[in-house]
Amino acid sequence: MTHVPEGPAESRLEQISRIVIDDSSRVPVLLWFTSSVIWLLFGSLAAMISSLKLHHPDFLGGIEWLTFGRIRPVHLDIVFFGWSCMAAIGTLLWLQARLCHVRLPWPVLLSGLAMVWNIGVVVGSVAVLAGHGSSIEYLEFPAYCAPFFAIPALGVLAANVKMYLTKRSEHTYVSQWYLLAATVWLPILYVTAMFCTYFGLVQGVSQAITNWWFGHNALGLWVTPIAVATAYYLIPKVTGRPVHSYHLSLLGFWTLAIFYNWAGTHHLTGGPLPAWTITVGVVGSMMMFIPVITVAINHHMTMRGVFSMLKTSPTLRFTVFGSFLYTVASFQGSLEALRSHQEITHFTQYTIGHAHLGLYGFFSMIMFGAMYYIFPRVTNNEWSSARLIKVHFWGSALGILSYGVGLCWAGWWQGTMMNNPSIPFLQIVEYIKPYLILRSISGAGMTIAHLAFALSVWRILSRHHFVMSGPTLFTTQRPPWREFVNEQNQREEIAQ
Amino acid sequence: MNRTFLVIVGVFLTIAFSLSGLVLIPNWQFQEHQPVRNARDGSQYPNPYYGLARQGRDVYVDQGCAYCHSQQVRAKGYGADIRRNWGNRRTVARDYMYEYPILLGTMRTGPDLANIGARQPARDWHYLHLYNPQITSAGSVMPRYQYLFRTIRAGEMVPAGAIPLPAAFQSEGTHILPTARGEQLVEYLRAQNRTFPLPEAKQP
Repeated sequence: MTHVPEGPAESRLEQISRIVIDDSSRVPVLLWFTSSVIWLLFGSLAAMISSLKLHHPDFLGGIEWLTFGRIRPVHLDIVFFGWSCMAAIGTLLWLQARLCHVRLPWPVLLSGLAMVWNIGVVVGSVAVLAGHGSSIEYLEFPAYCAPFFAIPALGVLAANVKMYLTKRSEHTYVSQWYLLAATVWLPILYVTAMFCTYFGLVQGVSQAITNWWFGHNALGLWVTPIAVATAYYLIPKVTGRPVHSYHLSLLGFWTLAIFYNWAGTHHLTGGPLPAWTITVGVVGSMMMFIPVITVAINHHMTMRGVFSMLKTSPTLRFTVFGSFLYTVASFQGSLEALRSHQEITHFTQYTIGHAHLGLYGFFSMIMFGAMYYIFPRVTNNEWSSARLIKVHFWGSALGILSYGVGLCWAGWWQGTMMNNPSIPFLQIVEYIKPYLILRSISGAGMTIAHLAFALSVWRILSRHHFVMSGPTLFTTQRPPWREFVNEQNQREEIAQ
Repeated sequence: MNRTFLVIVGVFLTIAFSLSGLVLIPNWQFQEHQPVRNARDGSQYPNPYYGLARQGRDVYVDQGCAYCHSQQVRAKGYGADIRRNWGNRRTVARDYMYEYPILLGTMRTGPDLANIGARQPARDWHYLHLYNPQITSAGSVMPRYQYLFRTIRAGEMVPAGAIPLPAAFQSEGTHILPTARGEQLVEYLRAQNRTFPLPEAKQP
């Protein structure tokens, strides 16, 4: 039985309906979430192997399946399709049900689709490791993997639209727009890009544009809106304050929808394309300042005066960190699109640093925040240990900051040196080696954080319940896990 | 209900516009590309890959070479690609009209390869470099591709096709030969030559 706190009749009714809604989404949300956490661990493993290989090329050198050119795309695809997409879908299903005040439709179907998606990631990763990858970034998985992602994406879209059409809430909250739009964009993006790429619909350099139209939009129109929607929900929810400005959030939504689309070609600056295609990308990237600033103002103003809550609430700390990195990484990304900037940083580690600040510092941190909020609500259980959450936060936060700053610094100088033909190429390689080692150390920090998180998740899913003792905050003291389990086992023995 | 419909149509249109603007229109523009013929010797450029080089492209893709090597030369005055001798002119859309998949790359952990065939025409250089990059480029972070080679035991006689390893890298009584995939990859690399003058990309 879930404990329903006493209160005025109406709010009790609301709480009960919230519990009914959370119950309806339990199985699918847990499946999408748990899968994503498992993929996060595999993604970290692939990341560590790739990173170590970059400064010690002979590490696991004789194994063709683990050669850098295969394990690196496997890292990218696992963290994108396995971790990011599955975490995003779990969050959006739960969030849309909550915001629409309806039960999650078709829980069995949505759970099945999670398994289909998992099969897709397994098949695709093995294919790339076996040498069947396409070398097209973000689309390495062979064409036969496409149905494993396209069908679940359509299923999620259908569930999302159904919830939206049957919603019982009177108002539409800004998060719902983002969630709805993201689920419309994903299948269109993915199916179109796969068709164009694998069925020869586009030739020559148009393939490269298609590649980055997908690669950039997969981040900008799929994972970004979901993370922004989540932050728009969690920050007011945890702090108990309304969103600063409704009009600003609408402006932010539509400017993102219109401008992010066009930004992808900045990945091809200086390349063999008509100049206008690049110019369009630069303009789109600069216009992104508008949605980013509106979101930044809205989130900051909502937080004003309650920043002290970051000391206690894990959800809030992860989410606000991610929100802050959204502003930082987006500003960086817009400036990076300028031709004068790209002349230096294109083709260098700077891009890698930026990509991680975005997908990890912004998106993944908000997903962690969401999971710290959602897991207890769908399992009727609490997090076992504040210390594990602290390890997770500091490992992730310090890891991504040293990673991002280190690689952007190294990349800037790498590019500067590359543009000076009197510096031999191998001298540049020598220069960046220490930063590549720093990358491995930062990566190890994040990997430790993920292990701590996975342990927390395993415990909250296990049958031992902490429900009686209230939410786990950073300040919560809990008995050591082992002691707690023993005590509970004894209690069960006595009861029998 | 009507609002929902508007939102869905709106977000659909945003992506339809960018797809047409960025992918479909340029693709339609590029349809008119034709190879260029050299009036003096009748040679033609660009050409599709044939034979070993064609097979070697699959090896290049499956080994993921593109994750560290680009295949594009930026214009004079934008970066130092030409001054680094990575090409004698910028590369343009026509250079890639037969490339499928296109392997422009976005990273230069290693040097650009758009003209590696022109820079390093010798097969043996490529074999030594792939067998152990330290032989040709000491300090490189490129992995060794020893699985693209086979070792045979031989007496005094050096078998045909053995790669000329320097003494420091050779173990007694063995010789190293490229496998079929090794040969294909090297032919693909040697075919990377985008120096043919094009009207839209004059040599600076």
